[in-house]
Amino acid sequence: MANVQSAQHTGTGTIFLDAYGRMLLIRLFETAMHRLFLEGEVHGTTHLYAGQEAVAVGTCLALTPDDYATGTYRGHGHALAKGTAPDALIAEMLGRASGVCGGRAGSMNVIDLEHGLVGCYGIVGGSIAAGLGAALSAKRQGRVSVAFFGDGAANQGYFHECLNMAKVAMLPVVFVCENNFYAEFTPLAAATAGANIAGRAQAYDIPSCVVDGNDLWAVYAAADEAVRRARDGGGPTLLECQTYRHYGHSKSDPAAYRPPAEVEQWLDRDPLKLARSRLLDEGMAQERIVAVEAATGALMEEAVQNARDASYPDPVTDAATEFRG
Amino acid sequence: MSTLEFRTAIRDAIAEELDRDPSVIFFGEDVAVAGGVFKATPGLFERFGPERVFDTPISELALAGMAYGAAVTGLRPVFEVMFGDFMALPMDSLVNQAAKFWYISNEQGTVPLVVRSAVGGGGRFGAIHSQTHGTWYQGVPGLKIVFPSSPAEAKGLLKASIRDDNPVVFLEHKRLYSVKGPPPDQEVIPIGQAGIPRRGDDLTIVSIGKSVNDALAAADALAEDGISAEVVDLRSLRPLDVDTVLESVSRTNRLLAVEEGPLTGGWAAGLLGAVAARGLHDLDDAWILATAETPIPYSPTLEDAFIPSTDSILASIRSRAGVVAS
Repeated sequence: MANVQSAQHTGTGTIFLDAYGRMLLIRLFETAMHRLFLEGEVHGTTHLYAGQEAVAVGTCLALTPDDYATGTYRGHGHALAKGTAPDALIAEMLGRASGVCGGRAGSMNVIDLEHGLVGCYGIVGGSIAAGLGAALSAKRQGRVSVAFFGDGAANQGYFHECLNMAKVAMLPVVFVCENNFYAEFTPLAAATAGANIAGRAQAYDIPSCVVDGNDLWAVYAAADEAVRRARDGGGPTLLECQTYRHYGHSKSDPAAYRPPAEVEQWLDRDPLKLARSRLLDEGMAQERIVAVEAATGALMEEAVQNARDASYPDPVTDAATEFRG
Repeated sequence: MSTLEFRTAIRDAIAEELDRDPSVIFFGEDVAVAGGVFKATPGLFERFGPERVFDTPISELALAGMAYGAAVTGLRPVFEVMFGDFMALPMDSLVNQAAKFWYISNEQGTVPLVVRSAVGGGGRFGAIHSQTHGTWYQGVPGLKIVFPSSPAEAKGLLKASIRDDNPVVFLEHKRLYSVKGPPPDQEVIPIGQAGIPRRGDDLTIVSIGKSVNDALAAADALAEDGISAEVVDLRSLRPLDVDTVLESVSRTNRLLAVEEGPLTGGWAAGLLGAVAARGLHDLDDAWILATAETPIPYSPTLEDAFIPSTDSILASIRSRAGVVAS
């Protein structure tokens, strides 16, 4: 799907319809994951991205396929937005040999270098440094690097060390904080002094802003400006994209700590609903939207079936080595 | 014969690899303009410029994460974490990111990074500037841990480490920086192959890093007693060359492992276990000389007694029942 040069998206047309399709793909992927987890096909735990789709998709819309991204343990959306094939990703979740990492990585640690996904990180904050490092390469290669992370990661040493380093070295990196207002079960304000993540960038003399993370167009506009700055040698940017997860932190969390009225309010601002109605408002033909929805649904059903039918890696013939020889 | 100082060997290895491969970069705290606090890297900044050799903030976690991210996207970073003790800080990046990447990515890419640190006691630096962190990392599949004992090894092993596609934790003993010796007779020394700097018949002393030199001096003294000691220099803790130790023990039947670090959780204990599991029939005796199970002390009298030395190796061997002249 459309990871094309940002300079090319000037209008509202097909590019945002494609982006809506990619957001829907992520939503359907997570719905399938939820179901497959309950069926025992997804193992261990998993962290669903539903509700936050506009952040990954809007940001990646501002990138080229060659640009780098790093994601989190809630990373299915980051991978799909960057271009990872849905069947390879779902096979990875199911531990199959056809998975994007051959079933070795699982839900939290997806890597897809071919699509510029440097990695997703099981430990909060890891994506920040990995994205910083990719920016060191990107600077030479004329590319840009994006590091996705959550609000909880803004309290990790990684955040502060890497923002400082990025500015000192003027690296082409965009730090995209997905502030979903809960670090696992703890509300933002209870564990984040100042409760102002974008504001922390001021101390590092890094441009930053708060973005409506449920608005695809708003995320894209902010990311596009940040990516252009990075590409033009203007150094790092911090975007605080405010959003909300529709599920709990992980599969063991029913998220009972969230007030029902708060949940209701955010569900009303479901990023998919917002995107669909804006497309219609701007004159997109309903049948074109429906066609994208139907195609995306069929794609996901096929991906799930392919993954279910795929074989598990064989521990007897597995040729894993500790080192690259 | 021309002599090479250990710190010059380090600098030359980095310089030659920077020269040879444009993807190699070098960074760390005070390594560029200042040339390193141990004066191991002067002149590199002037020669290769700020894009390839640069100073960084004191941010070990970000340094390691940056090196990892750069390594998986096309660069070959070499970075310095000044003291080995500080290697507690970047553990997440090295252990959870760099070490895992090759395997969990299903071999999509490699992580060619090297992290150098000054390690070891004897400098009166106290408990938190004197440790040897090799064993902290030894239990992590995917990491190589290299620890040279001489200027020749420093150069040959560091060049091999920079060319290696896997993450390498490289240890430089502080007491070796001013040591001089012959240059290496090969451009790179393969990682994972122990050396045998002295042949002997009665006893194998196995060690790594600076302690190899103490073992060699002890072997000289033992020769005067009529005891012929062989010295095995492991060169790396991971991969651990158990085969060379087994071969040596098959001839000498006695094994002493000398470790500058505590017995519990040390490499020597693991090595003796591996030797026993595969070569018990060859063993008449095997034991370990390690440090006490306390932090490294500051006071000179305490520190000198704490760290294995030529004298303590000799005393250990002489007091050990069963060691006889051939």
